[in-house]
Amino acid sequence: MDPQISVRDLNVFYGKHQALRDINVEIPQKQITVILGPSGCGKTTLLKSLNRLLDVTEGVRVTGQVLIDGENIYAPAVDVTEVRKKAGLLAQRPYPLPMSIYDNVAFGPRIHGTVRGRDLDVAVRHYLELAGLWDEVKDRLHAPATRLSIGQQQRLCLARGLAVEPEVILGDEPTSALDPVSAQHIERRLLDLRGQYTIVLVTHILRQAKRLADHMLFMYMGDLIESGPAREMFANPREDRTRAYLSGEF
Amino acid sequence: MTDRRPAWKRRHFEERFFKTLMRVSFLAVAGSLGAILLTVIVKGLPALSLAMLTQTPKGGYYLGKEGGILNAILGSLLLAGCATVLALLIGLPMALYLEIYAPRSRWAGSVRLALDVMWGIPSIVYGAFGFTLMLLVGLRASLLGGILALTLLELPIMTRAMDEVIKMIPKDLEESAFALGTTRYEVAVKVIVRQALPGIITGALLAFGRGIGDAAAVLFTAGYTDRLPTSLFRPVASLPLAVFFQLGTPYPEVRQRAYAAALILTIIVLGVSLGSRLLAARLSRNVVK
Repeated sequence: MDPQISVRDLNVFYGKHQALRDINVEIPQKQITVILGPSGCGKTTLLKSLNRLLDVTEGVRVTGQVLIDGENIYAPAVDVTEVRKKAGLLAQRPYPLPMSIYDNVAFGPRIHGTVRGRDLDVAVRHYLELAGLWDEVKDRLHAPATRLSIGQQQRLCLARGLAVEPEVILGDEPTSALDPVSAQHIERRLLDLRGQYTIVLVTHILRQAKRLADHMLFMYMGDLIESGPAREMFANPREDRTRAYLSGEF
Repeated sequence: MTDRRPAWKRRHFEERFFKTLMRVSFLAVAGSLGAILLTVIVKGLPALSLAMLTQTPKGGYYLGKEGGILNAILGSLLLAGCATVLALLIGLPMALYLEIYAPRSRWAGSVRLALDVMWGIPSIVYGAFGFTLMLLVGLRASLLGGILALTLLELPIMTRAMDEVIKMIPKDLEESAFALGTTRYEVAVKVIVRQALPGIITGALLAFGRGIGDAAAVLFTAGYTDRLPTSLFRPVASLPLAVFFQLGTPYPEVRQRAYAAALILTIIVLGVSLGSRLLAARLSRNVVK
């Protein structure tokens, strides 16, 4: 396994409450890693610690290290915006920015100054195609993004995230607010993108984990219970709690 | 079944009682607005003429029976317009700072408290304060003095209105923007301002309405004159004071002109608020709900 992200002795506190305890795990490159566990187990906290999005929340304290490409993103000299550029997030509910479809996708390239002028049109088309949305919006690129259906909005958010040119895509239950067909759209896109991007997904849906995961982490009450290749874990969970969860006992 | 009837009856009565109460409240408000508009129109319309809108007063210092009140119309638009722009330049960054850089901090709390206290200060106090300050620096009643007094009056209204609108923006929207690698400044200017734009416009025009209609704040600070405004350092006329002075005279013709001035003021405020509603509706196409 070729790890892209290494988490070392990670502890996260919300005020006095400890949300994550001594997490040590490696996340493999260009595969889909699924973080599985019941609600409130710290899945989302772990996910958001991977691009320092936890910093936005007040009263959060993080100790330990998260290494992306060997570099500790919690080191004092690190520029947070660079970290987030490297690891984008697909949120639970899509939040398009208050602007047109085109401007949403062009937002990242514009603020980071990566693509300019005519190339922007090409880039916007490319990322909309990558997210599987181009055919549906090509005639109304300058319409407000809020006019799209919620499923289309989530794919727009995917295109917007991809346009920043990340190496890692983090997904926080990205299909939970969507209808089954839209959810399937997103899942198919994620499977297409595997191999080009390192994808980390949070879910509590067992069947979704089964469909998507190459690698899996199981969390419970702020602890990482076990991690490993998904097939092995589904067939032969090492820990009792994992076995209980996978068999649907809680 | 029979023992449940009294409860049913009571709830039915409650329903009808509160429905009636709401209707009465609505009628009280709508009726007052109607009565105000009717009075101003009935008394002011006969005196309203093209000359009123296009000429300065003639025949009598301050209380001319002929000519128009162009001096007051222009003066009021300048006073309230400039004050609104100034208040926006100070208030918008302040509201953004409160929400994005220092949310829920003790400092933000005390700034909000200060603004709320300022909101409650009567406008005559701003006028008196501005006048004292002007004496101190040797400035006499002038357009500049009036603008500054109105800016102080408008600032808390505008800032708190914008603050409340920005507070309503979902945290997840900010988070989505941060996840793209934006700085706080970029989130503030490129995302929050766009999302809050309809509310910002409403806040600014609410403040404009307060500013243009206020007589007490400009009484000492802007003064009054029959001339058109030409300089920041000369006195300037305003519509509320035109109404005030003209209404206080014993001449019926002049008093009628006061109602015409009030009608013009009402039309300006009405036009501005309708215009702002249309603009806000247009701009809210992009807003994420």
